[in-house]
Amino acid sequence: MTESVVTMNKIHYAYDNKPVLSNVNFEIPRGALMGLIGPNGGGKTTLIKLILGLLKPDNGSISLFGQPINKFKEWNKIGFVSQKSNTFNKGFPATVFEVVSMGLTAKIGYLKFLTKQHKEIILQAIEQVGMSDYAHQNVGNLSGGQQQRVFIARSLVNDPELLILDEPTVGVDHENVQRFYDLLERLNNKRNITLLLVTHDTGIITEHATDIVCLNRTLHFHGDPKEYTSLTDRDLSNFYGHPVNVVSHDH
Amino acid sequence: MLADIIEYDFLRNTFLTGLLIGIIAPLLGTFIVVRRLSLIADALSHVTLAGIAFGLLLEKKFAATIVTPLYGGMAFSVIGSIFIEKLRGVYKAYEELAIPIILSGGVGLSLIFISLADGFNTELFNFLFGSVSAVSQKDFLSILGISIFVIIVIFLFYKELFTLSFDEEHASVSGIHAKRIHFLFIILTALVIAASIRIVGVLLVSALMTLPVASAMRLARGFKQTIILSVIFGELAVVLGLFSGYYFSIPPGGTIVLVSIIILLLSISAKRFTFNSKRERESA
Ligand SMILES: Nc1ncnc2c1ncn2[C@@H]1O[C@H](COP(=O)(O)OP(=O)(O)OP(=O)(O)O)[C@@H](O)[C@H]1O
Ligand SMILES: [Mg+2]
Repeated sequence: MTESVVTMNKIHYAYDNKPVLSNVNFEIPRGALMGLIGPNGGGKTTLIKLILGLLKPDNGSISLFGQPINKFKEWNKIGFVSQKSNTFNKGFPATVFEVVSMGLTAKIGYLKFLTKQHKEIILQAIEQVGMSDYAHQNVGNLSGGQQQRVFIARSLVNDPELLILDEPTVGVDHENVQRFYDLLERLNNKRNITLLLVTHDTGIITEHATDIVCLNRTLHFHGDPKEYTSLTDRDLSNFYGHPVNVVSHDH
Repeated sequence: MLADIIEYDFLRNTFLTGLLIGIIAPLLGTFIVVRRLSLIADALSHVTLAGIAFGLLLEKKFAATIVTPLYGGMAFSVIGSIFIEKLRGVYKAYEELAIPIILSGGVGLSLIFISLADGFNTELFNFLFGSVSAVSQKDFLSILGISIFVIIVIFLFYKELFTLSFDEEHASVSGIHAKRIHFLFIILTALVIAASIRIVGVLLVSALMTLPVASAMRLARGFKQTIILSVIFGELAVVLGLFSGYYFSIPPGGTIVLVSIIILLLSISAKRFTFNSKRERESA
């Protein structure tokens, strides 16, 4: 059996008495490229916040890398690109290099400074996401897809074992979405990073993911993409609460 | 003025103090601007006024010199900054509400202290618009102390302050003590404002913290460059402003702000110029 990097057991969560997650059981196997899909308000971002320890479950238990979350200390094993990262202040005067360097701030620790070695790590991360040509450009001047790459690089400097991305491809055009998924697959295969990816792009994610999870209050589906694509439209509309078309990006 | 600076102690104090706040106001101002907190500087400067008025009141009515107006201003400013943070916590979705509350509170308190002291006339005028003759040796030394403290703290916590300014959520997730760093930042802001008021005055202190930054952002690439350019512009504004204020007998607050605005206009047109010439080259 493969070891799991995240395990959620019977999780319940409510915002001020408004239940959002109920009885969620969930596991991310090491090495997975997991797509998390579901309707708006289905609780995807909430689930991620629970994993990151930003919210505490009302009920149930979470473990990370085999440890109960309240004992877990190695937070730099987990990289996170939030849904809000593409709404950052576009006028913020920071170069790509500077933004990526922020990923190391906590790791370096208080009262210490960036060393030559850190700078190497930063440049490497920028290269891995294919942004070397832009290293000294202001990040606000880049396209949405390029900005997402920069935020991924910011996570990569910590050598994460799990990378969580909340809707990273919103506003990225089709061709660049394709390149973006290629990048994710590369990280998944070459660097052995486990990926959890929230997306509404049900067509393209099924081409790249190893696992698909559908969340709407509770888990409605957890399995491999082939199974998911074979679900009938009726299953899906039950799950979404309205009819859907699975948009395919095959041409 | 140069000869006068060498000759008269009070002018030398003013000039050196000006050089100091020309560094710390834009330095901290860069963080304030990128976090969209420019208005907080305004609110705090009005609270500082209340502290100054309190100090003046004590001086006038009780001849008490322990609380100089500068220290009174500093104390009020720091307390005000803590209040702003509390209020921002209470009204999470309306964080900017804290600003009018604190600002009007500061003005209200100032009025009360001023009338209790039966008015102050010239001295108050100096605090509102700045003055070239207001800086005593003691004040200069206090402001020197504040400046050294502010510069060292920003140097030591640069990467945390920068990371927090860019993305608060990411900063906390990655394990930075966002609340504590933010608190440190707001205290620094209060200190810088209290220190700057002697020269630029209550009404214009936020200008020295924001205008040089606004100019620098037009031209700089990256955050470090923005800070460096802001400080250069700040110094330029202070030096030119103090000289012209002295010659024309205008409160330096006014001249410093005008120089800052000229720099801003130049930087906007400089940007446009480089942009245009690039476009022309491309279309050629
Ligand atoms: N801070 C909050 N306070 C109260 N309710 C919240 C809060 N955040 C989210 N909710 C509610 O919880 C539910 C789940 O939200 P969540 O953000 O987890 O959904 P999501 O699946 O990420 O949706 P989307 O696809 O739109 O990003 C929504 O109904 C939302 O209104
Ligand atoms: Mg979401």
